[in-house]
Amino acid sequence: MTSIGTGYDLANSIFSPDGRNFQVEYAVKAVENGGTSVGIRCKDGVVLAVEKVVTSKLLKPGANKRIATVDKHLGVVYSGMVPDGHHFADRARDEARAWRETFKTPISTSDLASRMGGYLQAYTLYQSVRPFGITAIIGGFDSELESPVDGEVGSGPSIGAGGKVQGSHGGPGLYMIEPSGMYWGYYGAATGKGRQAAKAELEKLNLSEGKLDLKQAVKEAARIIYVAQQDNKDKEFELEMSWISNADGPTKGRHVEVPKELLEEAERLAKKAISEDDEEEEGEEEDDKMEE
Amino acid sequence: MDHRPQAWGRPRDDVYGAYDASYMQTNQPNQHTQSPIVTGTSVLGMKFKDGVVIAADNLASYGSLARFTDVKRLRTFAESSVVGFGGDVSDMQYLDRHLTELAIDEAYTSTTTTPNAQPTLNARNLHKYLSKLLYHRRSKFDPLWNSLLVAGLDEAGAPFLAAADLLGTTFTSPSLATGFGSMLAQPIMRGLVPDEASVAQVTREQAINCVRECMKVLFYRDARSLDSYSLAVVTKDGVELSENEKLENQSWAFADRIKGYGTQTV
Repeated sequence: MTSIGTGYDLANSIFSPDGRNFQVEYAVKAVENGGTSVGIRCKDGVVLAVEKVVTSKLLKPGANKRIATVDKHLGVVYSGMVPDGHHFADRARDEARAWRETFKTPISTSDLASRMGGYLQAYTLYQSVRPFGITAIIGGFDSELESPVDGEVGSGPSIGAGGKVQGSHGGPGLYMIEPSGMYWGYYGAATGKGRQAAKAELEKLNLSEGKLDLKQAVKEAARIIYVAQQDNKDKEFELEMSWISNADGPTKGRHVEVPKELLEEAERLAKKAISEDDEEEEGEEEDDKMEE
Repeated sequence: MDHRPQAWGRPRDDVYGAYDASYMQTNQPNQHTQSPIVTGTSVLGMKFKDGVVIAADNLASYGSLARFTDVKRLRTFAESSVVGFGGDVSDMQYLDRHLTELAIDEAYTSTTTTPNAQPTLNARNLHKYLSKLLYHRRSKFDPLWNSLLVAGLDEAGAPFLAAADLLGTTFTSPSLATGFGSMLAQPIMRGLVPDEASVAQVTREQAINCVRECMKVLFYRDARSLDSYSLAVVTKDGVELSENEKLENQSWAFADRIKGYGTQTV
């Protein structure tokens, strides 16, 4: 960044002459040092996974969760500054609750992404604040069932005026929000330190074809976190995963942690896949030596 | 003109005459919370060896008018407990929203991966919370006009069934019924489960059949009841809720032997 030290990076509310907000770009740097987060959207649900770097041996294993539940059907994970992430999750919970209070119905994944995108964007506008040092991934499953209004009694007329129009709705949603407040919907999303490797692996899954099912996605997500972690093997980490299925699936439309057995199975497969890759690479190296 | 602060913003007495203060207050206390409007009738519940059966019909009455005939009065919370609501339906809706919010808050702190951890919103805690809330509201002279049954499992995984009403009164028993059911259905259910010790001998089928039979008796004799009803079974595997049950094998043969009311000449 050649413009560093020109003074245009000192506050949020000042553009540089070439149209950049340096504070936001520095926030992105904070994200790029954080543990890798991954989200996969497949036909019957969404998986969230995060590489939780263990910063001290004195921390209790499995404590200090990084994936947060926002509403029954919604979860968020983030890379970057953990306290910023906590505040992001708190705000998302408030938004989801306020939506229920106003509309008596659960907030959709896209609406939550929109609200949170707007919230983060506001932190790029003022002198008095700094942008969020996180990139967040929001995963959710909007119920595909005829969902009643909260507290509703009865179903009203089945035909005629006020009668219901049948139609399909709902489905999985995955959004990634950056410090600038920009958000897109994704088939597969990755952020944090290992995002390059993770994105390359996600692309190989051809998620837009909609062939991957939820259980496979859990295993892929675990593998991708392990692959993305390869570059700094010396750091210890824990794998944390959550998922949301459709109403017929294993979580019945709720955002919950991946059950212990499945998590361990996925980790075992991931480690196996990693070590096979390593062996291949070592084999190649030996071949090279032979040729020499 | 009157410039004293207490006259600010008021119509001027010299133009409009003195304000009639009787519009501002009545000498009576508020009465709009003192009676229910749209109501549901009895709720029945019975423990069996592995869980609890609970049932309520799908009617909301407006006085004696059968006003809404597809009202679901059994509500599931935290995937593990069922609350059956009798009494005012709008207060039921309020409680439903309130408890849904509570269940979402509880889900923020997940417990699935920590060994020995238990969901905090089990049926016993839900019942305790509801009874405190009901008592608080009656103490404000603004009661929630309901009588409730809470069915589920307690922290030890044993079947749990307890009642709470608009006064905050609580009690528990192997079988419970609210409203008219406490007179008509309770004796029948006690025949099957007279005490806690007998619960261990009662199978799921026995309990369901007994509750279905009681729902039929209630439909025969309770003029605020309906023949379509909801029935839920709570076990450690979760909640099975069926909201479109119909009373079967009704027999009204006894009806023409009843004399002494209506238009009939004895």
